[in-house]
Amino acid sequence: MPDTQALVNDFLNKLKKRKIEGSQATAKQTAELLRSVISQTRMPYTNQAAALIHSVKAVGERLIAANPVELAVGNVVRRVLHIVREEDLSLTTAAMAGLNLSAESDDEDDTDRDNHPALSAAAIAAASRSTLRPPSLQTLLEDVPDSAAVPHTSSSGGDSEGKSKSADKSSRSRKLKHDVIEAVNELIQDISTCHELIAEQAVEHIHQNEVILTLGSSRTVLEFLCAAKEKKRSFRVFVAEGAPRYQGHLLAKELVTRGLQTTLITDSAVFAMISRVNMVIVGAHAVMANGGVIAPVGLNMVALAAQKHAVPFVVLAGSHKLCPLYPHHPEVLLNELRSPSELLDFGEFSDCLDFGSGIGAPLLHVVNPTFDYVPPKLVSLFITDTGGHNPSYMYRLIADYYSADDLVLERRTTSGN
Amino acid sequence: MDARRMSRAVPRVRQVGFFTPNTPAKQPQPQSAAPSSESPPLSDSPASNSLSPVMIPPPRHLSDNLGGRTAAVPVPGRENSGELPTVGSYNPSESVLWLDSPPRSRIGDEELSEGAESSLGWYRRSDSAKFASSLPSGGFNLSTAKHPESVAAVEAKNPLPEQSEAQKEQASSSKPLKAKTTKAERRALQESQRAAKAASRAEANKSGTPGGAPSSKPMKQPPQKKDGPPVASSIAASERIGVDRSVEKERKKDLPPPRKQFDDESRGGRAKRRSVLNQPEARNRVELFRHLPPHKNGTQLPYLGSKFFELHEKHPAVYKVGLQYLAGDLSGGNARCIAMLQAFQEAIRDYSTPPEKTLTRDLTSKIGGFVSFLIECRPLSMSMGNAIRFLKSRIARLPLTLSESEAKTTLCSDIDRFINEKIVLADKVILRHAATKIRDGDVLLTYGSSCVVEMILLYAHELGKQFRVVVVDSHPMLEGQKLLRRLVVKGLSCTYTQLNAISYVMHKVTRVFLGASSIFSNGTVYSTVGTASVAMVAHAFRVPVLVCCEAYKFHERVQLDSICFNELGDPDAISKVPGRVDVNYLDNLTDKQKENLELLNLKYDATPSDYISVIVTDYGMIPPTSVPVIVRGYRKEYLLI
Repeated sequence: MPDTQALVNDFLNKLKKRKIEGSQATAKQTAELLRSVISQTRMPYTNQAAALIHSVKAVGERLIAANPVELAVGNVVRRVLHIVREEDLSLTTAAMAGLNLSAESDDEDDTDRDNHPALSAAAIAAASRSTLRPPSLQTLLEDVPDSAAVPHTSSSGGDSEGKSKSADKSSRSRKLKHDVIEAVNELIQDISTCHELIAEQAVEHIHQNEVILTLGSSRTVLEFLCAAKEKKRSFRVFVAEGAPRYQGHLLAKELVTRGLQTTLITDSAVFAMISRVNMVIVGAHAVMANGGVIAPVGLNMVALAAQKHAVPFVVLAGSHKLCPLYPHHPEVLLNELRSPSELLDFGEFSDCLDFGSGIGAPLLHVVNPTFDYVPPKLVSLFITDTGGHNPSYMYRLIADYYSADDLVLERRTTSGN
Repeated sequence: MDARRMSRAVPRVRQVGFFTPNTPAKQPQPQSAAPSSESPPLSDSPASNSLSPVMIPPPRHLSDNLGGRTAAVPVPGRENSGELPTVGSYNPSESVLWLDSPPRSRIGDEELSEGAESSLGWYRRSDSAKFASSLPSGGFNLSTAKHPESVAAVEAKNPLPEQSEAQKEQASSSKPLKAKTTKAERRALQESQRAAKAASRAEANKSGTPGGAPSSKPMKQPPQKKDGPPVASSIAASERIGVDRSVEKERKKDLPPPRKQFDDESRGGRAKRRSVLNQPEARNRVELFRHLPPHKNGTQLPYLGSKFFELHEKHPAVYKVGLQYLAGDLSGGNARCIAMLQAFQEAIRDYSTPPEKTLTRDLTSKIGGFVSFLIECRPLSMSMGNAIRFLKSRIARLPLTLSESEAKTTLCSDIDRFINEKIVLADKVILRHAATKIRDGDVLLTYGSSCVVEMILLYAHELGKQFRVVVVDSHPMLEGQKLLRRLVVKGLSCTYTQLNAISYVMHKVTRVFLGASSIFSNGTVYSTVGTASVAMVAHAFRVPVLVCCEAYKFHERVQLDSICFNELGDPDAISKVPGRVDVNYLDNLTDKQKENLELLNLKYDATPSDYISVIVTDYGMIPPTSVPVIVRGYRKEYLLI
């Protein structure tokens, strides 16, 4: 336990100091941390899922509070919670089905499911499933075969576990934790391979002799373009440098190293060049449930220019960037202001920036936001690891990954603080 | 005026023919400054036509004149029909801003058909004038040889009893001109000569006024006056046709000449041969922009400096301005334009006409040489093109009777007046207009560093208005920092940000003030790169966009995108960010990497007119759709300055 605590604190510090860059790295590290938290959690005999959820939430709240702008943290926390719920559910359903099949006595059932003593196992499964997932055609259709099918798959396990009560409980508790950790491992795997999954679709979108514009640097975009290049597509890339971080220089360098014909342009030339561009492909910081995108600063301008010239604006996003929240005033609330030193030389302008010198407020303010909000109407297409989607479909896609109970995670955090 | 002309009316026939173009200039000999007011624009048309189609007085001009001299009513149309074809044929080969004006000095130059050199027109005109005045009889042939069409034009203005004959002559003379072969020219010349002789005889017979035969005084007026009405009636039918045709031609003439395309082999080669500076190698140039001249950076400065004594024909003042352009010390449309004009002023002051040359002709070619030198240092802005056009037209319209020193002072004062009226005063008017649009509590956004916008902000601040300024800047120019510094020093409260953050700051902004390098007649604003993005975002956020621009920067070109015409900056400036040592990703590239990487540094972009709410100019605040109206009116006006 103490070592987990140390790990958590260490990670919290990194988040607070913004030492971790990029949502993929953050997501991965968050998942790894939560995995160790889960493995360290002492499991009670009863209601183990709740205990797991509680410990994950406790850590998750702190992580989110440490960097509320890095939505990937919250996303991963919610994903892990969702995993715990799902695993618990599947185990319970399995156990219940086993119990039902072996026709054990009623009181055992009651102790096992203390919350819902009166309900039958199938009903519990259906109920909990419906709370986990938002109502949809898929869940509705799944429900009927689920209750019928589960018994067949896990009947043998249920049979053996039904023999002795204590053995059953300990093995189940271990099984839940084990399953959850397995699933979290899968999640980590997903996060680290999302680039490849997205890049696989590159050929479907990039044609021969196309001109593609991108801004700033994104690993997803880099892999996407290179995948198309490997498939013998020859095309040209315009890279806008993405001031004030100038990550575009980095991307341009990577691209030319891999033999792509690249032109580096200034951000101001985006409007001039967009009329000759076939497609804008950019990475995102986060995708909101309404289909809006939190993206590196400057992309709203690019999206507007693309819309003016009817150029498709394509956003690449791994599933860990899909955020279940609906944004409110995201330009300010989901933004972060970076140091003015990136824009102005302090040596030159320190006299104007000084608060102490004059009376009242200083004359000069420097604004250096990190993100831009691109409204859904400006986005033509999202490409995630599950394929291409319309902005209007994102809420549905997102609902698959998260359970409705966890959406309010953040609000509790803020009220707790 | 009429009375005076009457008294002088001593027709020296041949001269009449050749003097028409200069008539107004000559006429008021004692008051040499008079031409501007008295000169009928008609007389200028041959010169201005060949100058550039833009300068051609529109038909309305002609009719204005006619109002004054009723007798001439039918004439101008025909005159146009006679001379227009040539002009039209000049168009395609003419370069944008006299890139090609050559140091041609042959007097008897018959290469009318070549016509590629725009300044040729000037030479021709001044030649004829000179000949006519100095060797009235002997020069006749020579000059006619060069001016079949002007003869025709003159004839047209010179209504005679044999008018119909002259008309025929003219028609026939204008045709071969169109063909543009030397033979045809010769025939035309013969015919026109014949016509002129006939005309002169007739006129001599008619107006028996003696004396002043070789004098340069204009003789044509009285007969014109007398014979006007009958002539009008006699040629009424043909006149109508002529007018129709002329209107059509006029329209064609209005087309600006095509821009020089740098990727055009033939022209590019010539430019290269004549260039003073080394052309940077074409390696790693963006394919889309091969048609633009590559950027010449300051590294050529020492090279150019070492050539100072070889390029002795360049005046030191011009040389200095050129170096400043090259080094990037001078930027901003107005500053560059003023510096150029002042350098020219200085050059004109130090100028002395070489023996056996005329001032108008030699000075024009000199200026042309300066201009092409400046273009080599940095491509001209539209506003500078307009200013040069003005200066050349002033030189061309110098009365020949002026002594050299008088001509020089006239030109210098003209330049001063241009700077004063078109730039300094215009800015003051713009300030007044724009300040009315600033209210207390406003948040004004500006992009880059426009001197007009800066003046507006300072002016409004002086008026005591309470507002905040958002200065938006962009790499690699980072001009906004200098503007920011100047504004903060003056006590304005400012917010500074980069172009990328424009969507973030635009929520709070209530007005966007932008400067412009030029405004095209389709309302497109040609300005520092990034302006279009700012205007677009402002439009998306429903924030009014005010573009502040002096009317002398308006241009009759049209442009839809920023690619067809632009200026390339130093590509290496992109990879470096001043004050940021951490941005050095592109420092050590291998050759293979460099092969694939192109750096593009555009200087300008074109903002579509739908993003512009209003254009604040010295004529008031106008919508972008009204730009062509100003362009038209303005063209006329500065011809007459």
